[in-house]
Amino acid sequence: MFSRAYKAAVTLPPLLWVMAFLLVPYALLFCYSFWSVSSSQTIVHSWTLENYRELFRVNVYLQTLFRSMWIAARVMIFSLLLGYPLAYYLSFYAGARKDLLYQLVIIPLWVSYLVRAYAWKTILGSDGVLNTLLQYVHLTKHPLEFLLYSPFAVVLTLTHIYTPFAFLPIYASLEHIPRNLVEASHDLGASPPQTFWRVIFPLSIPGVLAGATFAFVLSFGDFLAPLLLGGPSGIMISNIVVSLFGAAYNWPLGAAISFCMLLLVLALLLLSEKLEKRWSFR
Amino acid sequence: MTTITEAVVARSSESGVRPLLDIRNVAKSFGKNPVLRDISLQIAEGEFLTILGESGSGKTTLLRIIAGFESADSGEILMEGERLDLLLPYRRRVNTVFQQYALFPHLSVEDNVAYGLRVAKLPKSEIAARVSESLAMVKMSTFAGAKPANISGGQQQRVALARALVNRPRLLLLDEPLSALDANLRRQMQVELKSLQREVGISFVFVTHDQEEAMVMSDRIALLRKGELEQVASPREIYGRPATAYTAQFIGHTNLLRGEVRAGIARCHSLSWKIGLPDGPALFSLRPENIRLVGSATEASFVRVRGTIERQAFHGATDLLQIVCDDGLTLSVRTATRENRQGEVLLEFAPADAVPVRESPDRG
Repeated sequence: MFSRAYKAAVTLPPLLWVMAFLLVPYALLFCYSFWSVSSSQTIVHSWTLENYRELFRVNVYLQTLFRSMWIAARVMIFSLLLGYPLAYYLSFYAGARKDLLYQLVIIPLWVSYLVRAYAWKTILGSDGVLNTLLQYVHLTKHPLEFLLYSPFAVVLTLTHIYTPFAFLPIYASLEHIPRNLVEASHDLGASPPQTFWRVIFPLSIPGVLAGATFAFVLSFGDFLAPLLLGGPSGIMISNIVVSLFGAAYNWPLGAAISFCMLLLVLALLLLSEKLEKRWSFR
Repeated sequence: MTTITEAVVARSSESGVRPLLDIRNVAKSFGKNPVLRDISLQIAEGEFLTILGESGSGKTTLLRIIAGFESADSGEILMEGERLDLLLPYRRRVNTVFQQYALFPHLSVEDNVAYGLRVAKLPKSEIAARVSESLAMVKMSTFAGAKPANISGGQQQRVALARALVNRPRLLLLDEPLSALDANLRRQMQVELKSLQREVGISFVFVTHDQEEAMVMSDRIALLRKGELEQVASPREIYGRPATAYTAQFIGHTNLLRGEVRAGIARCHSLSWKIGLPDGPALFSLRPENIRLVGSATEASFVRVRGTIERQAFHGATDLLQIVCDDGLTLSVRTATRENRQGEVLLEFAPADAVPVRESPDRG
């Protein structure tokens, strides 16, 4: 159909783009993770496993890694708990308001991430909206300190930001369920709750998996929310990577941590893809 | 000839024995668009009733109202004397075979069939026994472990049937279940479905737009036109004695003769015959197979006319001839197959075969 030259002209630019800006940096990252920094702050280009050893020896790295996973897991769970009922309502019961509600979920995505994170700062701060309100109605005497600069604030903000990402694939999978299956279930004597657990939920699992993966992976690698709202107790692994590549000037260690994160995320994506295949039937 | 079911229906309406399903004055509109107007219909125990109609006639809506997926605007439906239309769909002892089968894609054939029994929380041993019995009934036992996506359309059809019948419903609704199958499989399934229905003795309400299918399978046919029942009768009666012009044309092929009756004589173009109808304009349905080509007059009472063969269409066992009579009337005539007929012919038919029909009212 198309000439070789045409095919090359179409496929080469994106291919080169991916090569130049994705594969080459990853390869460099991989190399850096086996190099080291001399005492005079220069990169020593000789191969060593020292960075990986350090990663597993120094407690703060592993602790932060686990905390990040724990924060990401909580964000994932809350996003699903918020996103699933919303998607279910929109898909099955919203009727004529469906399009409007869908837009209302999408519109926040047009607002800059930073603006939304800062918004939480003004809500959760010690003289923020929430604390002022709580004191005004005399629920508390002093501002609640745990609201801001804590893992709580990070989980809350990330849940707010990533719930649409969990919502969208769930909504798509619910929309794809033929409605006559729901009728068939009622016809066979199943009540609405039975129908939900036996038909609707199993058929929406691919969407749930995709949404869970989005929420987990995106929040696991996040560094702005912990930077703005996390405080010392809410530091996440990306913040450490940022400081290692910046002020600490230890690119090799930063690269090693990044590479571990990359492997973790890839393993997760692979797993979720496998599970999704197992649960799709068309 | 009356069938057993007809006799049952007749007896039950005479003696006051209530029918299995009694649809009373059901009407339904979607917005300002009336879909069903004042439908009253009774279904007897063990009967195979077909709701026949063109697309848009309201037949699927009527079925969905019986199943409970739609609610009627007015009227009521009784099953064995109790209100059915007030029950939620999952509380009705009615099961449906859906047009696209609607098998659960994530469940195996076996689990699909077991679905209704599992939600009813029947004992495991009984579920297993009834499921295997149902699968054997539709000859799908060997596919028990297969997923719906991996079996053919005809096989999915059988599973859908087993999944509905395993619940032993009082009434089975079938929404054009054969329309997705190819012609051969379809004819085979028509026969199987009919014998299965006799075997299980459950009342079937079958929806189709295919008049041939309706005639092959049904005890009675309810012909629906633009939301109203045109005629409800056995296939033989609805074919042989259509009540309206629409029925005569929709079921089979017919010649509609427009004429008038005066002093006991029906006249249409140059044709005339004796008839016991009051004076006035009249409409007659004359089936093409009831007109014969003859060499010379056979019986004095028959109506005769001379014509010229204009067209001949081969239909396999029969030919359908288009004949223009000398008086300008065009008639379709069905004859045994013969090669190349041409020229002038003499036609005759018995006056009793010209069935007087009502004009079908024009419904918006």
